[in-house]
Amino acid sequence: MKSALKKKLFVTAVALSFAMAVPAAGIAGDTIKLGVAGAQSGDLASYGLPTVKAAELVVAEYNAKGGINGKKVELLIEDDVCKPEVATNTATKLVTDGVDVVLGHICSGATKAALPIYKEAGVVVMSPSATNPGLTQSGDYPNFFRTIASDDAQAKTEVDFAINVIGAKKIAVIHDKGDYGKGLAEFAKTFIEKSGKAEVVLFEGVTPGAVDYTAIVQKIKRKGADAVIFGGYHPEASKIISMMKKKRMTTTFISDDGVKDDTFIKVAGKNAEGVYASGPQDNSTNPVSVAAIAAHKKAYNSDPGAFYENAYSAALALLNAIEKAGSTDMAAVVKALQTEKVETPVGNINFDAKGDAVGVGFAMYKVENGKYVEVK
Amino acid sequence: MDYFIELFFGGLTRGSIYALIALGYTMVYGIIGLINFAHGEIYMIGAFTAFIVATVLSIYGFPALAIIIIAGLAAAVWSSSYGYTVEKVAYRPLRKAPRLAPLISAIGMSIFLQNYVLLAQTSDFLPFPALIPEFAFMEPVAHIVGSSDLVILVTTAVVMIGLTFLIKFTKIGKAMRATAQDKTMAVLVGINVDRVISATFIIGSALAAIGGLLIASHIGQINFYIGFIAGIKAFTAAVLGGIGSIPGAVLGSLVLGLTESFATGYVSSDYEDVFAFSLLVLILIFKPSGLLGKAETKKV
Repeated sequence: MKSALKKKLFVTAVALSFAMAVPAAGIAGDTIKLGVAGAQSGDLASYGLPTVKAAELVVAEYNAKGGINGKKVELLIEDDVCKPEVATNTATKLVTDGVDVVLGHICSGATKAALPIYKEAGVVVMSPSATNPGLTQSGDYPNFFRTIASDDAQAKTEVDFAINVIGAKKIAVIHDKGDYGKGLAEFAKTFIEKSGKAEVVLFEGVTPGAVDYTAIVQKIKRKGADAVIFGGYHPEASKIISMMKKKRMTTTFISDDGVKDDTFIKVAGKNAEGVYASGPQDNSTNPVSVAAIAAHKKAYNSDPGAFYENAYSAALALLNAIEKAGSTDMAAVVKALQTEKVETPVGNINFDAKGDAVGVGFAMYKVENGKYVEVK
Repeated sequence: MDYFIELFFGGLTRGSIYALIALGYTMVYGIIGLINFAHGEIYMIGAFTAFIVATVLSIYGFPALAIIIIAGLAAAVWSSSYGYTVEKVAYRPLRKAPRLAPLISAIGMSIFLQNYVLLAQTSDFLPFPALIPEFAFMEPVAHIVGSSDLVILVTTAVVMIGLTFLIKFTKIGKAMRATAQDKTMAVLVGINVDRVISATFIIGSALAAIGGLLIASHIGQINFYIGFIAGIKAFTAAVLGGIGSIPGAVLGSLVLGLTESFATGYVSSDYEDVFAFSLLVLILIFKPSGLLGKAETKKV
């Protein structure tokens, strides 16, 4: 422990001395330096490598067009193996090398550890994959942006839909006691309470795999809920919805990505009709997304990996903001990110004041004639 | 009051579901003092067999009643052959071994059968067809008791009465009681103990298969894991009622089902299992042999 700390101090000291040694001219050089940080080796490399490929493709495209405002874009690629303690070193190294903006980091923990260093140096950071809600919502990091929805975005989508589209006033929130289901249900409960437009009449967990859910269904009925929000997976969801239909209930059933699965429709059969579920936005008809995937196939002869589209979008958004801002100054870039819309694989996006991409995330789907159809 | 009645019938159905499986546990324990952990898997295999037969028959356009009867028979025969084989392969060679050996063997069979179905069939959830039709005369009370609830309740009652009759008044029943009392003595008076034990496994497995058919039809889905969870609850119910006793298994199941239903209805479903198992502990403190179990002094 002690030696690790010593090492860290040593690295920081070395980095600092380098930072002082490198003349300011390096930063204002004739290239724009796009840092790419994330896991590129180790267990989680498969989460980080697609981001590197996305950055390479976007940068190649920009440079082929002659760069940004006459300057070529240069990539600085650093590995943080998704570990917070390594990420601080990665960030220090990138800042020392005079990075202008950073695409990364990949994991929430590593991102959180690295952000103060970038903030200090006035570097804008955009993650394609860090979903921890606090990164943007805490307001601590004005230099942080992301092109992926945060962990609670799904619950938010469901609650907004239940209250604003369905018009539910009394909502029963049920979950399967698991990390995913209960986490989602707790976010949903908080959002409903915050909205002030509806009340949570029931918040309970069911035991997964139980032979029968009659009692909880009777309870939902007794509480007079207009809508049920269920956090969990499809086996329990199909048992609950089937039992509700058996008890002749017409309560709206809203669930999550764990239920937005064709197995749910197969198992619940006709009882699935009319069920709503949130799921990731469908980008398959977006021409930018199609082009980005085609570029990957052409360059690497394989399908892109995890977070590729988010990373491609982040690279486009960052470079576009620098182009529109006409400088790499943090305040100017942040302003451009917030005001200038850009066409990306995840949609035509800009960013809100906290750093989340507007319009990126989850959509609601409804089961109609045995298929999930997006609710517009 | 309506709510109380709804919860009461919900609990009754749930209890009857447990009872259909618990009967098999209790019969085997009553005869050879073995906790047959593979029983839940026999139930699951019954449900799978019924699923396959019912799917094939509905492709050929058989009427609903014929599908239930043929699928039920096929599942009963198929599960019985599994029950018979499991006993012969995993328990009979260990009959003279210490009690722990067949217990471990039973757990092994349970894991083996689960994985066998996982590999031979699928790990997915499969939609089980609603074999029990919606009766028109049940429609006014469908929000309290559905058609499949009614069928399960009636089946459990019939099975319990039939089994009690079988054990009390038939020749094989007499042989079973004799074997349960004293295996060596039963052999001496000319009872083929091996055959009696095989018969017990066959009957228990057939019941589990019929339970599998009805319960899967009620729930609407099956996968390879359903036997494990249902088996644990049914085993609990059998212990609660006094393992080895047929009416005890049914009573224990109903008590367990009702407790869970009321716990969910009036407290919270988060505490469903807490209430169920607290009740088990309480009953075992005051009545260690279960509600209707006979106090035994020499075993264990």
